[in-house]
Amino acid sequence: MTNAVSISGLVKNFGSVRALDGFDMTVLAGEVHGFLGPNGAGKSTTIRVLLGLLRRDAGEIDLLGGDPWRDAVALHRRLAYVPDEVKLWPTLTGGEVIDLMGKLRGGLDPARRAEMLDRFKLDPTKKCGTYSKGNRQKVAIVAAFSSDVELFLLDEPTSGLDPLMVMAFRETVTEARREGRTVVLSSHIFADVEALCDRITIIRQGKTVQAGTLDELRHLTRTLIEVETEKAVEDLDKLPGVHAIQIEGLQASFQVDSDEIDRVLRHLVQFGVKSLHSAPPSLEELFMRHYGDDVSRQEAAEKRGTL
Amino acid sequence: MPTAISIFGLVKNFGSTRALDAFDMTVWDNEVHGFLGPNGAGKSTTIRVLLGLLRRDAGEIDLLGGDPWRDAVALHRRLAYVPDDVKLWPTLTGGEVIDLMGKLRGGLDPARRAEMLDRFKLDPTKKCGTYSKGNRQKVAIVAAFASDVELFLLDEPTSGLDPLMVMAFRETVTEARREGRTVVLSSHIFADVEALCDRITIIRQGKTVQAGTLDELRHLTRTLIEVETERTVDDLEKLPGVHAVEREGLQTSFQVDSDEIDRVLRHLVQFGVKSLHSAPPSLEELFMRHYGDEVSEQKKPEEA
Amino acid sequence: MSQAFTGTLALTWVAISRDRIQLPVWILAVAAFMVAVVSIWNGDLSQEELVSVAQFYGVQPAVRMFGLASGATLGAYIMSRGFVVFAVLVAVMSILFVVRHTRQDEDTGRAELIGSASVGRHANLASAFIVVVGANVLLAVLIGLILTFKGLPVASSFAAGAAFAGIGIFFAGLAGLAAQLAGTSRGATGLALAGLGLAFVVAGIGNILGRVDEAGVRVVSAWPAWLSPVGWGQQMRAFEEDHWSLLGLFAFSFLVLAAGAVFLETRRDTGKGLLPERRGPSAASPGLLSPVGLVWRLQRGVFLSWAVGVGLFGIVVGAVSADLEAMLDELEGFDEIFERIGGTDVIVDAAFVTFMGILALVITIYAVQGLLRMRAEESDGPAESVMATAVSRRQWVTSYILNIALGTAALFLIVGLTVGVTAGIVMGDVAAWAADLVVAGLVHIPAAWVVAGAVVLAFGLFPRRTALLAWMVFVIAAVTGPFIGAMLDLPEWIQNISPFIHVPAVPGESVTAAPIVGLLGMAVLLTGAGLLAFRRRDIDVTSV
Repeated sequence: MTNAVSISGLVKNFGSVRALDGFDMTVLAGEVHGFLGPNGAGKSTTIRVLLGLLRRDAGEIDLLGGDPWRDAVALHRRLAYVPDEVKLWPTLTGGEVIDLMGKLRGGLDPARRAEMLDRFKLDPTKKCGTYSKGNRQKVAIVAAFSSDVELFLLDEPTSGLDPLMVMAFRETVTEARREGRTVVLSSHIFADVEALCDRITIIRQGKTVQAGTLDELRHLTRTLIEVETEKAVEDLDKLPGVHAIQIEGLQASFQVDSDEIDRVLRHLVQFGVKSLHSAPPSLEELFMRHYGDDVSRQEAAEKRGTL
Repeated sequence: MPTAISIFGLVKNFGSTRALDAFDMTVWDNEVHGFLGPNGAGKSTTIRVLLGLLRRDAGEIDLLGGDPWRDAVALHRRLAYVPDDVKLWPTLTGGEVIDLMGKLRGGLDPARRAEMLDRFKLDPTKKCGTYSKGNRQKVAIVAAFASDVELFLLDEPTSGLDPLMVMAFRETVTEARREGRTVVLSSHIFADVEALCDRITIIRQGKTVQAGTLDELRHLTRTLIEVETERTVDDLEKLPGVHAVEREGLQTSFQVDSDEIDRVLRHLVQFGVKSLHSAPPSLEELFMRHYGDEVSEQKKPEEA
Repeated sequence: MSQAFTGTLALTWVAISRDRIQLPVWILAVAAFMVAVVSIWNGDLSQEELVSVAQFYGVQPAVRMFGLASGATLGAYIMSRGFVVFAVLVAVMSILFVVRHTRQDEDTGRAELIGSASVGRHANLASAFIVVVGANVLLAVLIGLILTFKGLPVASSFAAGAAFAGIGIFFAGLAGLAAQLAGTSRGATGLALAGLGLAFVVAGIGNILGRVDEAGVRVVSAWPAWLSPVGWGQQMRAFEEDHWSLLGLFAFSFLVLAAGAVFLETRRDTGKGLLPERRGPSAASPGLLSPVGLVWRLQRGVFLSWAVGVGLFGIVVGAVSADLEAMLDELEGFDEIFERIGGTDVIVDAAFVTFMGILALVITIYAVQGLLRMRAEESDGPAESVMATAVSRRQWVTSYILNIALGTAALFLIVGLTVGVTAGIVMGDVAAWAADLVVAGLVHIPAAWVVAGAVVLAFGLFPRRTALLAWMVFVIAAVTGPFIGAMLDLPEWIQNISPFIHVPAVPGESVTAAPIVGLLGMAVLLTGAGLLAFRRRDIDVTSV
């Protein structure tokens, strides 16, 4: 499979601050690639370097076969960008901005434009100055996905969208993928990433800390089981591969290695299972593993109490 | 239990558009109440009516024992609000804005302010004009939670926050609840609502379509089970309470009524369970049940 | 109801601390302008000369549009000549600040945040009124002191200040009302400015339709003047009759407007206006769909108002040219100044050179402002999205440079044409005057472009300091230039810094190619260097 984006050893300094510190990322052609990290970790800087808006200090980048700084204009005909905080011209209408961005990108499919306006329930006759945050976001999304491009760079595209619009967005990305296009999706919303992404990259302090498919990332991990039984569960700790057992009356919760699930279930049904919640680690948990030390112990305790 | 907010038959028109159409909502004292609905359903309008920024056309509202329009000023000393799209004064610093809002609300705890600034990693010496969306959001959150008030009205407070800040926010809300305060949380992020809320209200086209605890809402529903076994699972359909069975080789997925789970598990373990994913319906699924028809014209996106 | 104003005081402090820079700058700028104007017009005018200037405003009906003749005294002369300009400045200040603290806060959602605190419904409006009325009172006192200090009668000096403050306060009230009616802050500002325009025209019509006394130095205005707050201010006739009682009319009308605004504020929903929202096209016209088209669309409104402004000014300058000739003949001293600045002893030519020189500076402001928009789009606007499309940086900057350079050139053409054609109509021989003055306008283009080129260079090299550097360049070019530089008698080598000094003094002198080619070369060099620097640097966004 060919790479849409391959970055290796990318370095970018702002004055004395090193925003990207030997960052690596590979996006395969035709995939939806999740790009995760808290604010300030270097996500937006990476995207701006890919757009040729910032000049890299070191590192190799291959973007659709070209160099993002040198070949910016030619490459920009083949990609569309949805920025984090969408800023528009207050005196132009949403429809005008969509047409303008499409034209500047090198063309726009009118049928697709109409379909997208309808899907996102966007009124194109309103001036951008009167749009809410969510509506400005929609203008950028409609403008991007009405263009016939190979690669979409999306920086927090669903922030500000309501659940129905998030559904519309997911549908749009899924369609684009089916048509063979590549999507890089930077997002704080784990649910979106879990629903859409084939592979993910997690960035921390300008470095790649994890990359791979969600299944790969989960593979080495344990499943969390929460179970409510008719009789108190006994002897769980004697089973192999069972960890972190907490029993409160008839409620039990514990972690189990993925290859020991069957033995554990056989054990559990002896006690009359009333309800069972079993799930592989969520993306949120995978993510927090890399950022755990940023969250104080107190907060971690808090989290356990609320989940 | 006493109520912090009770709304009954609330109507609000904008010209010929009916934004709220006999909307009802009850928020108990000292609970975290989730308020769900897409944009345009009437969430922000409800909050603005509660803040006395909009005048209701009909309906009864009791907000902390007062009337939101008539007693606005007195009530606002006892509540704090975090707006959706926070805009601040570009020439004032974040710290100045926090102090100002505290002052206007009737006081602010300096120790709490310092603690919140630290928790949210916010630099109060920067001008608001240079803050990102997320940082503006943090200013509003810090200003709200540094005040000693009874009720918090939060409109999409986590939009624009990164996951670490979302954790800090959840911690802050949990603390407020433990201290006996009441929180109304309007949010599009189901994960936040599931993590924090005792009860929820779902609004659609200005009407209440569902209200209750998450458990109550889930109670009548089925659990989805996805299982991978060593041998093909047989005879599932013959068990009572099992629905929508789908098989693909050794992968089986089906729904089961909550009181039949045990029997089904006993059946499943005969086939050698390799992996099992069992979860009650998520809030997203509960929500989409009320809004399914709005997305049905379009094909549903493929589940990943 | 009493609670509806809770928090007014606290919000007043917020407003003051927000405006701790802007408001004093406005007030001091107006005061400084007053000092400058009084110093220039203070020349030792004899009684005959005062009579002749009073007659200038009294006898010519068209000139009455811009001033009310009110006797042959120095104070009356300053009032008739400067009143409208200062009235407009003060009114615009009031409108901008009231809208900024009311409607703009609603547009941005800040009013909602404030409204959720323990603050009454009208507190924001009331605090805006307090701040702006206070600013006007302060300005009135300052103007009174300035005029007194210049040796004019004390009571009349303060009456003059009060007349301006009255107008400012009236328009504060009108802006408060407009903020309730319009759906956006732009709409509210537009509505209030339209009211100001109407007030100006109505007062002017009242004066034009009025009668002049036998000596030709005092005009009794017709009734329309009494329909306009600008008219009321003129009818106070500071330095003649000092009708203090007219302040009551200002106070009463302000209270009515303010009460109306408060009433409408209880009737409407926060964030919404009473007038319906305007819609726009749902698709772009082909003209918009290029970088150049986009910048033109963004700049169009600004350009058109500038075109109308300089065009009107050109017509006025052209129309008074005949009288100017007659008047200057009688005024000792003025011809010397004009000669020194204009470089010619043909008085009318010298006067035109002076006017063109001043207008060149004013038009250069258009160029600087227009180019600074580029930086605003980069730091806090959609420029990033545009440059993420198939638009190169060169193309993006060039689209601005092209728009601004051509717009600036067009403004010079408009000024030359309007002055030339009207002067031609007044003095005969339209073709010759028009040709002369179009050339007189166009020769300034390269100098304005040099300043513009320096702005592009600043933008390319120091994005975060662009605005500061741009205005510094402008101020240096203006101060060392032919108008102020000659007035201040600066050494020649300092005057040579300004590009404007190298502009041929047309119509006095003939056009020579060397300086024009030199200035053009300089402009191209600066612009090119700026472009090169911009193409090599990072895009710099303010919000982090």
